[in-house]
Amino acid sequence: MTDPLLEIDDLHVHFHTEEGTVEALDGVSLTVERDEVVGVIGESGCGKSVTAFSTMGLLQSPPAEVVSGSIRYDGRELLDLSDDELDGIRGDDITMIYQDPMSSLNPVLTIGHQLTEPLLAHRDISKAAARQKAIEMLEACGLADAERLMDEYPDALSGGMRQRVVIAMALITEPKLLIADEPTTALDVTIQAQIMDLLRDLREEFEMSVLIISHDLAVISEIADRMAVMYAGNVVETCSMRELFEAPLHPYTRKLAESIPSLETSVQRLPTIEGTVPELIDPPTGCRFASRCPDYIGSECDEIDPQLAEPEGIRDHEVACHYYTDESDAEPPWQIQGVEDQ
Amino acid sequence: MSLQRTQDAESTDALLAAEEVQKYFPIRSGILKRHTADVKAVDGVSFEIRRGETLGLVGESGCGKSTLGKTMMRLLDPTGGRIYFDGEDITDVSRKRLRQLRRDMQIIFQDPGSSLNPRMNVADLITEPMRSLTDWDKTKRQNRLYELIEEVDLQENHLTRAPHEFSGGQQQRIAIARALSVNPSLIVADEPTSALDVSVQAKILNLMEDLQEKYNLTYLFISHDLSVIKHICDRVAVMYLGELAEVAPADRLFETPKHPYTRALLSGVPRANAERMDDRIILDGSVPSPEDPPSGCRFHTRCQEYIGDVCETSDPELDAVGDGHVCACHHYD
Repeated sequence: MTDPLLEIDDLHVHFHTEEGTVEALDGVSLTVERDEVVGVIGESGCGKSVTAFSTMGLLQSPPAEVVSGSIRYDGRELLDLSDDELDGIRGDDITMIYQDPMSSLNPVLTIGHQLTEPLLAHRDISKAAARQKAIEMLEACGLADAERLMDEYPDALSGGMRQRVVIAMALITEPKLLIADEPTTALDVTIQAQIMDLLRDLREEFEMSVLIISHDLAVISEIADRMAVMYAGNVVETCSMRELFEAPLHPYTRKLAESIPSLETSVQRLPTIEGTVPELIDPPTGCRFASRCPDYIGSECDEIDPQLAEPEGIRDHEVACHYYTDESDAEPPWQIQGVEDQ
Repeated sequence: MSLQRTQDAESTDALLAAEEVQKYFPIRSGILKRHTADVKAVDGVSFEIRRGETLGLVGESGCGKSTLGKTMMRLLDPTGGRIYFDGEDITDVSRKRLRQLRRDMQIIFQDPGSSLNPRMNVADLITEPMRSLTDWDKTKRQNRLYELIEEVDLQENHLTRAPHEFSGGQQQRIAIARALSVNPSLIVADEPTSALDVSVQAKILNLMEDLQEKYNLTYLFISHDLSVIKHICDRVAVMYLGELAEVAPADRLFETPKHPYTRALLSGVPRANAERMDDRIILDGSVPSPEDPPSGCRFHTRCQEYIGDVCETSDPELDAVGDGHVCACHHYD
């Protein structure tokens, strides 16, 4: 088996603020295999964007500080690279799409200028060839009349078209890894469907790996092979998309999925999670979900931070919860089973 | 005879009704700022909201749903058509009467962070509508304030704090308490949970349902999120480019959507169960400009069930297609 394309291991990131040190990432571990789409889901402040920005080396320091951990891309430790070395990778091998298509395009430069920029920066290529490539990429992203678009400014385009341009820009260097941070959150439902469809096609065409981040489980479920659920700076569960829906193991994952209204089922009242996300300045020492957990076991939850691991007898499914560790003998109040057994 | 009575009962049951309501925004251009064209944000919309129900208004951004909500409350002056509140024609009422009506109709916005005045503390924010719209004395206002914060699950020690000290969910609770303070019968909720995380959204939706039951509130619930609409609404109106495409009881709309646009909207909703994606309808392009909407049926440029010339030449009316279910599409003529 080859090495994973991206391997984030025990990453700790702190933000130093006037109020104190925010422990934003508390040992995040995440891998993206070659030709795999990994979805990261979690609520605001859980650290999903910080994880993405760390990988791109885009955290502003100060206030941010990578305290410990490692981010290996294709076997290379990204955290040890200088800015110059990092520039050879990001924008070329690893690219990123951001949430807001308006603010990720420069309003005073033409679409063509912005699209050819990554190529001219990273490749030994003539302007004419770069332009040709840009036009092809716009067409691949479903934009008709690409020739004309090249000379337009971003404000001439609708939100959906802008996001297509942003995607074209991210794909023009044919990256091995695409990081998409809430790529459709600012878009309407019908446009969202178009964009997700496009991303799915393009990733097959270019055989990229994708790390897609969203607060919307349903959006991610359309494209991801594997999921990572984050809560308050930790990855609390990773598993295949199917297992997330059919056999989730972490109490938070179970609750989160229940609290989303669905078109398929009707409930009188939406189940909710008591309380709020803990402050990450001086966070709880044990499990960060303990104070809100509907299935709280006892003092071990408050005192010992559960590590992400495969429970006994289950493969390719990791969870960070004391129901599955040696710290507690308690059995979870739901059935544990692999999806295949059903 | 008894049939006649039920019909009468139904017709008086409308708390808020729109009759061919239009709202145009003028475009002025040139040095003289001449009126050169109109953005037809709402263009001939008729519907009613029944007492005690939640009517969902759904559509993509720019379809006119927020403008319609504000026009129905008379926060915007309609360009044409009539609006009735509790049987009274409120289209041209006096300023004085309009102020009285503000007590009956309140609104909650999407982003409480920007709709709550950052210079006021929570107590002032919640009591402000009572100070400006009622003649209640200070004791009565204070009593109501304490009632309200309990109702929306805020703490007494929150009262002296400023809105920016709260999370999005708590800010929305403040906005709800503020809207509720003057005992309205109708609340227009414009994307009230769109800026919130899902677990917080669930709590706010539950709170809105509890308050509706307790105070017999009527909601106009505006959202682009069909799953939320399905969860909270009794009836749903689907809007496209300034017009209503379809209105139906929520369960009917989601089980047997009639309008091609509604069907495309529904099929665009990402499903947790990935196996159903094959029959998805993906619409081409985006919504045309409301400045120069397509002729005939406004949806014909994107419709996948386009019949022919009739779609381009004749604007379909909302016709009955079943029990309490109306749809504006030539397929059902």
